[in-house]
Amino acid sequence: MELCDRSASELTVMLRKREVSSREITESVLKRIDEKEETINAYITTTGEIALRQADLADSRFREGKSVPLLNGIPIAIKDLLCTHGIRTTCGSKILNDFVPTYNATAVERILGDGAVLIGKTNMDEFAMGSSTENSAFGPTRNPVNTECVPGGSSGGSAAAVAAGETILAIGSDTGGSIRLPSAYCGVAGIKPTYGRVSRYGLVSYASSLDQVGALGRTAEDCAMLLNVICGHDRLDTTSADIEKPDFRESLNKGIKGLKIGLPREYFVEGMDEPVKAEIMHAISLLEKNGADIVDISLPHAKYAISTYYLIATAEASSNLARYDGVKYGFRSEDGVSDLLDMYEATRSEGFGKEVKRRIMLGTYVLSAGYYDAYYLKAQEARTLIKEDFERSFEQVDCMVTPVSPCLPFKLGEKMADPLQMYLVDIYTVSINLSGLPGMSINCGMVDGLPVGLQIIGKPFDEEMVLRVGHAYEQMTGSV
Amino acid sequence: MDYDVIICFETHVELKTETKLFCDCLVKYDASPNRNICPVCTGQPGALPVLNKKAVEYSIRAGLALNCTINRHSRFARKNYFYPDLPKGYQISQYEMPFCENGCLEITGDDGQPYSVGIKRIHLEEDAGKLVHSSDSFEESEYSLVDYNRSSVPLLEIVADHERNPLRSIQEARSYLEKIRQILKYIEISDCMLEKGQFRCDVNISIRQKGSREFGNRAEIKNMASFRFMMDALEYEIKRQSEILESGGQIDQETRLFDEQKKITLPMRSKEDAPDYRYFPDPDLVDVKIDQDFVTDIERSMPELPDQKQNRLMADYDIREEDALILTRDREVSDYFAACASLCKDTKKLSHWIIKELFKLLNQSSLLIEKCPVSPQHFSRLVNLISKEEITETIGRTVLEEMFKTGANPDDIIAEKGLKPIQDPDILERVLDEVMAENPDVVDQIKVGETKPIDFLIGQIMRKTRGKANPKKARELIENKLV
Repeated sequence: MELCDRSASELTVMLRKREVSSREITESVLKRIDEKEETINAYITTTGEIALRQADLADSRFREGKSVPLLNGIPIAIKDLLCTHGIRTTCGSKILNDFVPTYNATAVERILGDGAVLIGKTNMDEFAMGSSTENSAFGPTRNPVNTECVPGGSSGGSAAAVAAGETILAIGSDTGGSIRLPSAYCGVAGIKPTYGRVSRYGLVSYASSLDQVGALGRTAEDCAMLLNVICGHDRLDTTSADIEKPDFRESLNKGIKGLKIGLPREYFVEGMDEPVKAEIMHAISLLEKNGADIVDISLPHAKYAISTYYLIATAEASSNLARYDGVKYGFRSEDGVSDLLDMYEATRSEGFGKEVKRRIMLGTYVLSAGYYDAYYLKAQEARTLIKEDFERSFEQVDCMVTPVSPCLPFKLGEKMADPLQMYLVDIYTVSINLSGLPGMSINCGMVDGLPVGLQIIGKPFDEEMVLRVGHAYEQMTGSV
Repeated sequence: MDYDVIICFETHVELKTETKLFCDCLVKYDASPNRNICPVCTGQPGALPVLNKKAVEYSIRAGLALNCTINRHSRFARKNYFYPDLPKGYQISQYEMPFCENGCLEITGDDGQPYSVGIKRIHLEEDAGKLVHSSDSFEESEYSLVDYNRSSVPLLEIVADHERNPLRSIQEARSYLEKIRQILKYIEISDCMLEKGQFRCDVNISIRQKGSREFGNRAEIKNMASFRFMMDALEYEIKRQSEILESGGQIDQETRLFDEQKKITLPMRSKEDAPDYRYFPDPDLVDVKIDQDFVTDIERSMPELPDQKQNRLMADYDIREEDALILTRDREVSDYFAACASLCKDTKKLSHWIIKELFKLLNQSSLLIEKCPVSPQHFSRLVNLISKEEITETIGRTVLEEMFKTGANPDDIIAEKGLKPIQDPDILERVLDEVMAENPDVVDQIKVGETKPIDFLIGQIMRKTRGKANPKKARELIENKLV
């Protein structure tokens, strides 16, 4: 096995035993990028030179023999939605094609402070709007498992990079499933923490009340490692939670014996592809065999999740994306522009892609005078009901499991013509964002050579439980 | 026809916090362009706002001073519109759940009676940046530059109520603005300098025929840079609206701009064109919970307000209402008075000397009392010398001028300039003898019982002694000698 295919947890041990150097790991990753990137297109920007410099620094820290931080020398890719000081950050959009931030996102600052090696900025659906990473101004990313297929989205570049050995760990963001779906489709592990667990400072906003930074890796343990570093209160984000942060690796091995795991009945009634369902049911029986107590639960308002999500997310997006106006930074259209209004229109018409414009228009409509009550306020009410469903159910269970996606990874172009079909891919993931809960995707098998993801959902700020169940599942299937 | 007028202000006040509303950048007006900016106040992708607690404290101070209810639960909202000086494409403001609601401000009404003007709400929001055009007018400009130093400076909006005790005349409007400005300066939340844009107003005005119940449509007027212009705009608008009504027309609900040169208002946009700001709660900021302790602490630290102060000055120092009103107009003046009063017996004379003499000197050199070169210690010493009749008022004025120039204490100036009054009765008598010798006719008149010429002789003595004689003593002397 090449170094770039190993898990972060293995590599941290090897590094500490001085069996490998960070430079060797980094070179292995960069070599893989050279081999695969032309097909996969996981990155918008690679930062090989910076990576090697950081790797050498990391190695010198090992040589000095002092205690080094956990991620010292580990290559990490960052979704191009998080600001990196001095390194362009495009959000997958033409409108930010040349945008170079003057500051680091808090999550980026934290991994760099921990000695991580920055490999590059990963491809994504423009402004995180999409489920396939096809909505990128820099071309689609292909699924390393089957390059005919999409990697899922919007953090498709991050998931594909982990799956292809083009990085060891990756940071993504998840607004309605954007970490979990690509993790499922690429067969890697990915966690969306509780809203407020990781600072959003420097994460370019799509829908502020739903966006959350999270971790992708080869295993639940890898995710736990990365989450350990990026999480925690940040005074620059007032929505970040000021609560104690545990060591997420400590409880990984507690097992699942006696745990009550809920199955939301509404998720299993219709719309799920049969082969996917079979894999999920198989995974559930495996959990049960290993001592978990499977409990039937009900989330009666689940059916409102998709519409609620698309009302709230688009409303917030329409306002969040107003700053891309050609005035201060980024793309500005000047062709045949005669006045300010012209400039705004031309810049935004040419700078944004189709899906982004669709959502801005939807969101603008949702917030408009006369429609606000019927759409935005109604959606907020529905959001509360959805959240209350989970609160009630969590009185009975320790966590829940569901599929991540109702279908297998689909072919490139297959759903591009039908946005509604594309939106439905997120049917099992958006509720978790609406409720602010932690959720993760773990690979639970293959159908026709394509991965199926199992979603584990936890109580607020109980990522420990989610990771613990994910880790246990990996152990029992020997998938690691 | 006679009309009732209803005037309603929306006043924007820049708070003098050290840093901006949502970031650590300094609030500084003299900085070079784009010096005090950061990712947050220039709307960089990914930057998030963090609320400045001081600004919340100042908002509550204003709420308490204007007798508002302080909401325990408050929220920020986004007001969405595009303009180059607005870096995020929305302004963070408050919509539902502002910090303060349902207040009032007492002014003197046109009938001379106290009138409690309704305040609807006070909310906190961020200011926009500033556009600098390449030419004097926007139309002729080839390009415009944006200065974001002012972007996200905290702005307090005080909205008067147009239903509950609204302003009824231009005179009341003026009193309202002056009083609001005075109070905000007193509680030290803003310098309220109009020329620096720290105190800006939009005004709504509508009229109705006297006796009618229904008010006409309101016109909103923007762009008035001074109190004078606001009054001009109101005057024009009342005239314009009444002319429309006289000719049987209808007032349009619209926004109008004031033209400073022509002193008229011009249509800017109609009600139909009013922008839809698509307000919604800002998801980047958590709701603000204000606990009683926080409010109580602010309440305790509140300074005395002008009305209270005026009453106290009248009661404690036995000064006239008009004087108390003048002395409390600016907090700094009242502070100066209070500092002097603790060292002065004759506070009536003190107030008189501040208002008549010190103000004159301050005005001549365009100085504010904070910059007054005469310390309260020296000033009260001077007033004491005058009230003990150790020097005359005339000499007092000369001494004050010198004090104002040099900052020296009055005793030194008197000694140095030889202004010490003549105490020795022999010297005074010698001067009187000289004066009598020079004016035998006047002496005769006095001897036959006329009293008026006595003043003339006193004047002569004062002239000869260059004011150093005590006129009272001089009178006694003349009366002893001649009457």
